[in-house]
Amino acid sequence: MTDLPAGPVPELRQAVWSSLGTVLDPELDEPITDLDFVESCTVSPAGEVSVTLRLPTFFCAPNFSFLMVADAYDAVSAVPGVRRAAVTLADHHASEEINGGVAAHSGFVGSFAGEAVAELDELRHTFLSKAALAGQDRLARPFVEEGLGPDDLAALTLAEVPDSMELRRLRDRRMAIGLPYTDDAPLLIHGDGSRVTSAQVPLHLRRARLQRVGIETNGEYCKSLLQTRYSAEAKARA
Amino acid sequence: MYEKDGEKYFVVDSHSHFWDASKENWVEGKEQFAKGWIDCFYGYHQLGPPETHWDWEHYLKVTPEDFERDMFVEGHVDYAIFQSTYLKEWYKNGFNTVDQNAALLEKWGDRLIVNGRFDPREGDAGLKQLEADVQKYKHKGVKLYTAEWNGDSRGYKLTDPAAYDFLQAAQELGIKNVHVHKGPTIWPLDKDAFDVADVDHAATDFQGLNFIVEHVGLPRIEDFCFMAVQEPNVYAGLSVVVGGLMHARPKFFAKVMGELLFWVGEDKMLFGGDYNIWVPKWQVEGLVDWQMPDDDQFSDYPRLTTASKKKILGLNAAKLYDIPVPAELQLETTAGDTEAPGEELVEGKAGAQA
Repeated sequence: MTDLPAGPVPELRQAVWSSLGTVLDPELDEPITDLDFVESCTVSPAGEVSVTLRLPTFFCAPNFSFLMVADAYDAVSAVPGVRRAAVTLADHHASEEINGGVAAHSGFVGSFAGEAVAELDELRHTFLSKAALAGQDRLARPFVEEGLGPDDLAALTLAEVPDSMELRRLRDRRMAIGLPYTDDAPLLIHGDGSRVTSAQVPLHLRRARLQRVGIETNGEYCKSLLQTRYSAEAKARA
Repeated sequence: MYEKDGEKYFVVDSHSHFWDASKENWVEGKEQFAKGWIDCFYGYHQLGPPETHWDWEHYLKVTPEDFERDMFVEGHVDYAIFQSTYLKEWYKNGFNTVDQNAALLEKWGDRLIVNGRFDPREGDAGLKQLEADVQKYKHKGVKLYTAEWNGDSRGYKLTDPAAYDFLQAAQELGIKNVHVHKGPTIWPLDKDAFDVADVDHAATDFQGLNFIVEHVGLPRIEDFCFMAVQEPNVYAGLSVVVGGLMHARPKFFAKVMGELLFWVGEDKMLFGGDYNIWVPKWQVEGLVDWQMPDDDQFSDYPRLTTASKKKILGLNAAKLYDIPVPAELQLETTAGDTEAPGEELVEGKAGAQA
């Protein structure tokens, strides 16, 4: 795990690192700092920040990779006291397009001329929806284990769910994609925001768990591959 | 054939390769991609048990003797199905072509099936090549890698009109099985390249074909499972699930198997060892020994019985490929049967929860 960024200004270093912690891998729904995707981060006394990201494989999908580099650039640039930010992706098949594109603010379409027809808002939306579904499993599971039946589960609102980091994450994701997130919102909802009926609860919970297993399995895969890729043994070979 | 505790398993490895990633085969100017590709595979290789790891040089290209030992002598494999992946943008003679694979038919023609491939971007020439390949090798299956680079293009979808022309042609030529392998790129790049919605459409429109989704749609298991439960001609290829998770992430292996058993069912799951990402020996032995953990979080997943293991390890694939199975090893499976598609399959699953 990369330590706090090097540099002479402790507060600024801390603020830059915290900002990187807000950048998520959209597929895995985890911060890039927890995933060990930040290879290096330096902060100069003048407020110049340089960040290098790394990913589990050379062929990680270019659209998600682009989002992480662009989001990291935006997050770091917005930190008060940062005068200039540079974020680059290392060891990736599309490093050149992504790094050049983010630095030049060309957007995804501009960075991949001829190969992309739209920016990545729809893609981001799709993965926030997936994360919001997986979150329903995480929060509903304890109630299911307590023995709550379909009627009670269908009636459960966010106000009745004990406060936790997971609940706050669920609210954030729902808010970002326009789904009900306030206290009176049901815990179990469909992708379009409508309430899950008691008859639909069993299948809905199966889907929510399947979604969670999907995302978490990818996360495990990516962590294993990153570890292997940047092991001492791999470095010796390169 | 593998025997354990008095039970005999007929093993069909539905996903293997005989690749050439040697440096001599890297395209000049594209070395970083050729190396990047095989390095990526080598990363997966290392998720197997440490005692099965090879050094990188050996991993680049194996000999026919290595193949024979790893698959047939030590690997318990009765029949192997080769899945071709060309990647001629990066490998001069291709990474793993039909012709490369077919070179082994001379020696093991009675235990090997070589699948063909097509690329819808190759147009009429591609259609002619497919026809010639089917005539020459009597293909019953094709492998499609949707993330394959071709000139400036970074991939395709099965719903592209040209892909439909090829699927139609394949069906007319007598192809039965289409193995779909999703990768990280596609056209256009802003879409999710791993999305399996195109397989859903193709499976509905080509009822005469079986669609085996390799790596069970990983990293989109959820989309895959929910599609497969509604499409009777969609199957789960277990390559990468067994090899990449059973040893490295056993808890997640159990969860993925549990989800697959629930949504897709044991008659529609096909073992694939993905040689030489991994050798089949430890995968076959491990799967036969494997049980769903007793822990509460796995309690409502279906169990894997000896019969299910026999089907997954070989009998399902044998049925899809008309591979002769000795009578004493045979079991009834619905693999390859034609059922009506529809939502009622999903509703049936909902009831099963209660």
